[in-house]
Amino acid sequence: MITMKINGVEVKAEEGWTILETAQFYGLEIPTLCHHEGLSPYGACRLCLVEIGEGAKAKLVSSCTYPAEEGLIVHTDTRRVIKARRMMIELMLSVAPYSKVIQDLASKFGVTRMRFTIRNEECILCGLCIRMCAEQMDGKAIGFQNRGYQRKISTPFDIRSEECRLCGGCIYICPACQLRCQGPQAETALCNACLTMDPTCLDYYDELQCWMYDAGRCGTCVREKK
Amino acid sequence: MSTSQTVNLEKIQEIVERYGYDKSKLISILQDIQAVFHYLPAQALKQVAGYLKIPLIDIISVATFYRAFSLKPRGEHVATVCMGTACHVRGAPRILEEFERQLNLKKGETSEDGKWSLETVACLGCCAIGPVVVVDGDYHAHTTIRKVSNILHKYQK
Amino acid sequence: MKRLRKFKNVEDLRKTIQQQEATRQQETKKVITVSSGTCGQARGSQKVIEALKKAIKAEGLKDQVILRITGCHGFCEAEPNLIIYPDRIFYQKLTPEDVRTIVQETIKDGRVVEKYLYRDPRTKERAWYENEIQFYQKQKRIVLGDNVFVDPTSLLDYLAIGGFKPFLKALTEFHPEEIIQTVKKSGLRGRGGAGFPTGVKWEATRRSPGDIKYIICNGDEGDPGAYMDRSVLEGNPFRVLEGMMIGALAIGAREGFIYVRDEYPLAVRHVTQAVDQLYRTGLLGKNILGTEFSFDLHISKGAGAFVCGEETALIASIEGRVGEPRQRPPFPAQKGLWKKPTCINNVETWANIPLIIQNGAEWFSSIGTAGSKGTKIFSLVGKINNTGLVEVPMGITLREIIYDIGGGIPEGKAFKAVQTGGPSGGCLPASLLDLPIDYESLTAAGSIMGSGGMIVMDEKTCMVDVAMYFLNFLRDESCGKCISCREGTQRMWEIVKDISEGKGKPGDLELLEELALATKDASMCGLGQTAANPVLSTLRYFREEFEAHIYEKRCPAGVCKSLIRYVVIPEKCTGCEACKRACPTQAIQGTRKDVHLILYDKCIKCGACLEACRFEAIEAQRDEAIIIDKEVRL
Repeated sequence: MITMKINGVEVKAEEGWTILETAQFYGLEIPTLCHHEGLSPYGACRLCLVEIGEGAKAKLVSSCTYPAEEGLIVHTDTRRVIKARRMMIELMLSVAPYSKVIQDLASKFGVTRMRFTIRNEECILCGLCIRMCAEQMDGKAIGFQNRGYQRKISTPFDIRSEECRLCGGCIYICPACQLRCQGPQAETALCNACLTMDPTCLDYYDELQCWMYDAGRCGTCVREKK
Repeated sequence: MSTSQTVNLEKIQEIVERYGYDKSKLISILQDIQAVFHYLPAQALKQVAGYLKIPLIDIISVATFYRAFSLKPRGEHVATVCMGTACHVRGAPRILEEFERQLNLKKGETSEDGKWSLETVACLGCCAIGPVVVVDGDYHAHTTIRKVSNILHKYQK
Repeated sequence: MKRLRKFKNVEDLRKTIQQQEATRQQETKKVITVSSGTCGQARGSQKVIEALKKAIKAEGLKDQVILRITGCHGFCEAEPNLIIYPDRIFYQKLTPEDVRTIVQETIKDGRVVEKYLYRDPRTKERAWYENEIQFYQKQKRIVLGDNVFVDPTSLLDYLAIGGFKPFLKALTEFHPEEIIQTVKKSGLRGRGGAGFPTGVKWEATRRSPGDIKYIICNGDEGDPGAYMDRSVLEGNPFRVLEGMMIGALAIGAREGFIYVRDEYPLAVRHVTQAVDQLYRTGLLGKNILGTEFSFDLHISKGAGAFVCGEETALIASIEGRVGEPRQRPPFPAQKGLWKKPTCINNVETWANIPLIIQNGAEWFSSIGTAGSKGTKIFSLVGKINNTGLVEVPMGITLREIIYDIGGGIPEGKAFKAVQTGGPSGGCLPASLLDLPIDYESLTAAGSIMGSGGMIVMDEKTCMVDVAMYFLNFLRDESCGKCISCREGTQRMWEIVKDISEGKGKPGDLELLEELALATKDASMCGLGQTAANPVLSTLRYFREEFEAHIYEKRCPAGVCKSLIRYVVIPEKCTGCEACKRACPTQAIQGTRKDVHLILYDKCIKCGACLEACRFEAIEAQRDEAIIIDKEVRL
């Protein structure tokens, strides 16, 4: 057992746990986005940041990847953490402003303005779809390509992948688009976007984040591509 | 340099064999393939995925991550302008612009006729002789805007 | 080259070293040493070498002269250069045509030819000998200095300067723990940039449980403007390999990797040849010199990714994967390459090891300051007279490096800033010229030591442009995992780009600072964590320049294209038409001997005219047109 302190409270963690797992075990809330219980941790969204150490040596680390260590001092909501977290949300918002998940995070953490030029790319490169495809569905049809500001997620050569089995897992897990499209008969308020938005969802977004080119087969997006 | 060159599959296997079908040697394998074909043909990448038993997407991730690789055919002649800090301070951006003007290409592009590719590199480590331009492996020191046409002329036979 | 044979045992090697050293010390022939690293070759050193060979033959001097082709001597501004021993006469900036004269007059007749001598840019005096040259005087070239004495492709040459004596000492006189204690006591800190105490890293790796351990040489010198490691790998590869072998003894590693940038083909070649020779002589492989020590070295090439200079990304690259850094802990010393304890050190760090073992920890720690021991090699480049690689003791001031060694700024321009630490570092202004070089003082000033790039900037360098340059570099080199780094550098670049184009608005600088701090705090690896430094340091010391771009739409240095236009100064124009000829769009009007005029409907602001003018009659002035529309009233 590893003994640490989170927010001044002594906690015990099992070998191999991360700070996030320890915190969640004790019911402490740390926001996450690119983390998913069934998938390996990645650390892309930087929302789960916590401050470790004290004084001049204190630094921020992503709790989903940082292992629990004996004697570690952790604080989940210092000023530094909150400022950084807000900036991450603001950055994500300016890339995927229509995502309900990110909008919810923004209102929860008090991010009220977007000071960067909106890019409307939807994809925040959290990598959940890739890990879902590789780890849960054993597909390995999509992956990261390029690096830096040119990074993107796609299939090899941007064409229909032979490995893709049209399972829809990537769409299911995507935080940016998951609640966006549930078809015209959907019950939730956010969706029906294809009916309530003008221009409609499928008109507005030229390139759906969807690698299932035979639209409608998976049931997630419902109109045939024009 | 034809763009739809049939890839000599034997050559690919030879290269993979040379590295003992070792997955960890992927980068070296890709470098050797590029040395032969002057770029990484899609077919070659598919072959490598098969030989090494690595998912194709992982090969693509590596091939697109590292700047040394090109998935598009390169020109007969490749002009690389160094954009390192020392070269930048000595005017490299203006020199790149001159190359772009003269070759009618933007950086990273290859001409339609396959004769020229224009590329940039972050730093060649020849800062003392900057601004540096490398054409077909030849290093040109102290490049100026006015020297660009002379340099291109040498290779434009 | 002599046929190499396997060394049977320690005595065998020791004897050979003695023989080589003796031959070298008893050398009576004249030695012509020619600097021929990558830069030297780019400047034509190979043609000079061919001419030398011909001339020596023609003058019948083949048996009286030794021609030694070495790697970089370090005084890049002077290349192609040669040094004639034993007098150490230094001839610079040579062409093949100069060679015949040199061989006839100096080698044969013993006369110095003045026009090939180095001339001090300020005093205009000529220096005959290498040690008279100002460039070398304040340097302490314990690592680089040996480049001059060895043909990098020859193991025997390396033995002739005492090479492998340190290895034998470590092998036969020290217990591995003692080697580590020596390195710890010496105070050597990692020369790759972070400055972590080397001995401590070695100890941690040694102490990690497990039989299999690795050592790696980080030759992925990605900082633009830095080429010290290239010079050492090209010019004295055996020194680095020897350092690694001593490290392997100390740590208990059986395998090592040398990771060299793809952009350094000559360095790769020389290191490969050196490793090959070590194998052939039995200094690498199983049971070296008949002892229990076995060590294998592999060479791994980079493929064009700056982030692979980061330890965990480098490891990923050697493993054949994408160069994405990972969370530490566990540190490479605990779980590194193939999850085994791994010690990664920079080229220059490894190169210092044999010296420390041979001369002792006290000798090393007597050089430098209390916190930063030894010397550091810097690449002094940019707007400086004496461009080159300088090796100085820690604690020397920036002023001494730039003015005493570097000879000051060319064309009489004023010093503006010096950039250290590459994209992870910062720009230091004139007010900090007396700052002593050491890890802590550079960090406190807002920069870092970094791997050694030192780029000097003058009054014609725009600091907004410099910040934009580094951000552009970082957004491209970021691996892209952490949104803080990927989007942070992208958005910072967008803001600075807008400022440089005259689109800056009030509030931009505050947003930039806020974003910079978030990028620094939230990113996982060193790239993201230091990505903010170029911006923060330029804002700290040159804020007025940013403000001029935003509030006055003015670029004081005359660099940002949107804010300037090129103007002919009528009083200085001689009507020589040089600018007219240089202009790609025929935007300059004017007949011979008449003052020229630049037409703005055709001018694309390429700068060719300014480059062509020899009378300084063309200037980049504030673009008047913009002021009228966009001047912000405060």
